[in-house]
Amino acid sequence: MTQDQCKAAVLAIIADIAPDEDLSDIKPDVRLRDQIDLDSMDFLDIVMELRKRHGIEVPEAEYGQLASLDSCAEYLTPKFNALAAKS
Amino acid sequence: MNTRAHYDVAIIGAGVSGLAAGIRVAHFGRRVCIFERHNAPGGLNSFYSIGGRKFDVGLHAVTNYPRAGARPGPLIRLLRQLRIDRDQLGLCEQRQSRIAFGPRGEESLRFTNDFTVFEGEVARRFPAQIDGFRTLAQLVRGHRYSQEAPFVSAREVVRRHIGDRLLEEMLLCPLLMYGSAMENDMDFGQFALLFEAVLLEGFARPFDGVRPVLRVLLDRYREAGGERRMKCGVRSLVSEAGRAVALVLDSGEEVTADHVISSIGGPETAALVASASAPEPAGAAPQASVPVGRITFVETVSVLDRQPAELGWGDDTIVFFNDSDRLAYERPEAQVDPRSGVICIPNNFEYGPGRILPEGMLRVTCLANYDGWARLPEETYRADKRKWFEVVQRSARRFLPRVDEAKLAAATVATDMFTPRTVEKFTGHFSGAIYGSAVKNPGGVTPLANVYLCGTDQGMLGIVGAMLSGIAIANQHVLRKG
Repeated sequence: MTQDQCKAAVLAIIADIAPDEDLSDIKPDVRLRDQIDLDSMDFLDIVMELRKRHGIEVPEAEYGQLASLDSCAEYLTPKFNALAAKS
Repeated sequence: MNTRAHYDVAIIGAGVSGLAAGIRVAHFGRRVCIFERHNAPGGLNSFYSIGGRKFDVGLHAVTNYPRAGARPGPLIRLLRQLRIDRDQLGLCEQRQSRIAFGPRGEESLRFTNDFTVFEGEVARRFPAQIDGFRTLAQLVRGHRYSQEAPFVSAREVVRRHIGDRLLEEMLLCPLLMYGSAMENDMDFGQFALLFEAVLLEGFARPFDGVRPVLRVLLDRYREAGGERRMKCGVRSLVSEAGRAVALVLDSGEEVTADHVISSIGGPETAALVASASAPEPAGAAPQASVPVGRITFVETVSVLDRQPAELGWGDDTIVFFNDSDRLAYERPEAQVDPRSGVICIPNNFEYGPGRILPEGMLRVTCLANYDGWARLPEETYRADKRKWFEVVQRSARRFLPRVDEAKLAAATVATDMFTPRTVEKFTGHFSGAIYGSAVKNPGGVTPLANVYLCGTDQGMLGIVGAMLSGIAIANQHVLRKG
């Protein structure tokens, strides 16, 4: 998986969680929270959807890694690839 | 033993909070079953049929109407959590509502889903109080609900900003009426939630009332994989070492579950926990008693053969009334207190062109005394209902444009009335206490480590509060624990 594919996977999750937000203009290097209205419950849901859809675990201490799309890609792409290598 | 069905999560009660909790845990793959004693879902927000007509109970309006372009409020946030699109609810906005005080409602404050209308009304009638009122509204906007916050008297906070007793009463009236289990006051946290729900965001209703809301929740729950067993109450729990290890159903059948979420009320859950047969482990704290709520209501319903607008009742969606300058929000001595109450005219929402409810409807809700209704012989009960129906209607009509008695009688094609006894019978809430116990349990914990409380007595009220409560408890006690 590439970083772009990873970002697309995260955006797909956000689109399902917050269908009322416009995601067409999300800047990858800016915190998601500063661009769209996501609260802590929404972030918890991103984590749980990652587990449900992709089997990826994000420990609570590392939630901060999901702040922006770029940081999501940095943090999650290796996890996606490690999982793909295992299966 | 091996034949007992096992669930990750068992939910007691298919009311709005139980369904919301069920959707959350089912969506994240937990095996879940909701057990409901009644044959219809909805709990305190349900419906029934008489003579081919469907009547809603509980729900006058959905609060927290999300206006386009506003920051996502509680309703949008909870719909996100449930993965439900707001359009599925088909919410239609109110026309206008009023808080009307005095023998004929001479003191009247109008409000709509545009808060500036209400602000203007306060400025017009109470010019000396408008600055204090704005400060209070700011305080409410900035308030963050917290489970740990200690009780703060809403009346004292209001009084700090509002120096006119009449305005104080008029502000508290709709919020007490729409959600306080406590007499004559409420916690400021609750006040802030209800102020936002009723006055800042406002009312809406689906064309078909509560049923489409329940339908959306039920469909979503089923689609997420949740199971549901109706006419199948939970009679007792079996506990071992401080945990519930089995649920005994009304049929005698036993099921097991890792987590139990009870939405049946605080005192009702306490009774269920007390039913757990095994003795508590040594050193366990004695269980604090949960007082049964004292606030309950009667509601009259008149079905009309024409639109209320044809009788001159086309403006008001909801009217909170009180015939003097002091509201007595408390259990009345008599069976009913007709001096104050809530009028709801479901026809007066903006359903859009060509969408007109087939019949007119007038609902009036007044405070009632459970004991006055509970143990009457059937014949007396019916006679008292007839008597109080007339009293309630006559009282409420003082706050609406005048309509000739004979004309109204001719337009009325059916009537019905529910009492605290009806509420208790169909919802199982002790004493018909619609808003539950005056003592709330925000953390939702019980003496059994894997049994949690959601719904009315967890502390969030109304249909929006109920859904938020189910979500919060499911998140906190089931999903976060992994």
